[in-house]
Amino acid sequence: MHAVRGLDLAVARGTVCGVLGPNGAGKTTAVRLLTTLLRPDAGSARIAGHDLAREAAAVRRSIGVTGQYASVDGDLTGRENLRLFARLHRVRAPGERAGELLDRFGLAEAADRQASTYSGGMRRRLDLAASLIRRPEVLFLDEPTTGLDPASRTLIWEVVRELTADGTTVVLTTQYLEEADQLADDIALVDRGRVAHTGSPAQFKALIGSYVEVVVAHADVMAKAAGVLGQLTGAQPSFDHERHAVGAVTRDSTLTLPRLVRELDAAGVPLLDASLRTPTLDDVFLRLTDRSSEHADDKEPAV
Amino acid sequence: MSTLTYDGMAMVGRQLRRVRNSPGLAVLTQVMPINMLLFFGYVFGSALAMPGREYRSFLVPGLLVATAAGGIMTGMFQAAADSHRGVMDRFRTMPVSRAAVPLGQGVADLVVTAIGTVPLLLVGLAVGWRIHGSALEVAGAVGLLLLFRFACTSIGIFLGLLTRSEDAAGQLGASTFVLPLLSNAYIPTDGLAGWLRTLAEWNPISAVTTALRDLFGNAPVPADGAWPVTHPVAGSLVWSVALIAVFMPLAVRRYARGER
Repeated sequence: MHAVRGLDLAVARGTVCGVLGPNGAGKTTAVRLLTTLLRPDAGSARIAGHDLAREAAAVRRSIGVTGQYASVDGDLTGRENLRLFARLHRVRAPGERAGELLDRFGLAEAADRQASTYSGGMRRRLDLAASLIRRPEVLFLDEPTTGLDPASRTLIWEVVRELTADGTTVVLTTQYLEEADQLADDIALVDRGRVAHTGSPAQFKALIGSYVEVVVAHADVMAKAAGVLGQLTGAQPSFDHERHAVGAVTRDSTLTLPRLVRELDAAGVPLLDASLRTPTLDDVFLRLTDRSSEHADDKEPAV
Repeated sequence: MSTLTYDGMAMVGRQLRRVRNSPGLAVLTQVMPINMLLFFGYVFGSALAMPGREYRSFLVPGLLVATAAGGIMTGMFQAAADSHRGVMDRFRTMPVSRAAVPLGQGVADLVVTAIGTVPLLLVGLAVGWRIHGSALEVAGAVGLLLLFRFACTSIGIFLGLLTRSEDAAGQLGASTFVLPLLSNAYIPTDGLAGWLRTLAEWNPISAVTTALRDLFGNAPVPADGAWPVTHPVAGSLVWSVALIAVFMPLAVRRYARGER
């Protein structure tokens, strides 16, 4: 049984690649392989130009890893953890670097408490700080915000954006489609150990299209509204006579709500309500993986 | 400074800080040998041919070595507990020397043991144990004891990384309790039946105990017996070095492999 087979992934420098997939798709196994924690049976990879199998030490010097479970020592304080990692990274002033990171990640107050007393969000922030002792060329984030409070999540997103702006490449696995939507330049949809689909978040969404709906003031103008909608979307509108609503599906991602409202207004349609619902990546995800819920709970098999 | 020395020292620092942050276990492990000194020294001592005070002097080196042998359990427990910590994965994804983690654990354990043994020595002195050896002999005794402790911890670290089970370490702890019983740590071996005596005298604990008794000046080296007991200093060195040479590399290999 292979958790990962035939998984091809290319990530450009300074971009975020979102690896999306249901539980058991092989995301974590892929990260463990790419961070030298597991040895592949076959295949090859280059991380920051270093061959994964033959130059493991060089790979380790170029990467940072934040896993699903916080990789810090609970018996040590936050500060002691960061000092230790800074020393192991040969940082010249480990204490200073630890202090900077504790401030940046909102842990200054808790710095001298044992990490085992931290909340989940604090531990994960400490974990991310530990991955950034030296700015890594490639940062692996394995479900970094799973189960986190919104504030910690926002902070982590902010840090990821800063890092990519400085040229760090990020490989982000997540189950949250919103997260991939927010951060990823490219998305690789992983299913049953292989890449099922790749593309930008917009491309993913374009696969499904958006749903436009307008509610008009009275029944007489419904036909006029349908004409405008048909022109804008190129699709056959549908009617809801009870609500005086007209709807249509569009695959045109340039269609915006203001434009829709302007066009309808210009045509003299008295509007009560208008909505343009972009499909969430969840919609795309369900459509592309087409998995029943019992599969989604499968445990990830070992390599 | 080499990578191993630097990383190893960082790891020693990590283990020592952990003990300082939660010293409970380290303190508790030191209570046991003191209890045993008092129980054995006064209860068993009254039933032996040796006068009580003489038996307690005989017993203190034996307890020091028996406590050192407890490194098998301590090492195993710590390594097994560590293997479940995410922080091990972080070390493995960092450019850290693969030998630094097991070695760091072993060396930190020596520091903790050296400090933790002081109360046992003080109680020993209080119940009549005395050092008669020269400063050099005493230094030699301390060196042999620490070397033996490191050997036992190496075995424990390997077993801990192999089983990854704290429960198994607890079980083994109970069985390592009998190891000193089958040696000359608590009783002289010359009263034992032939094959049992041979077995007890080839127990590494016997060689180190005899060496300590000789160097502290508590009891002379037996005139006859198995080679490690009649040549206790050489016997201790050979045993300890051999155990370290076998188990430390195994532990390092096991650690480097991780869950692969």
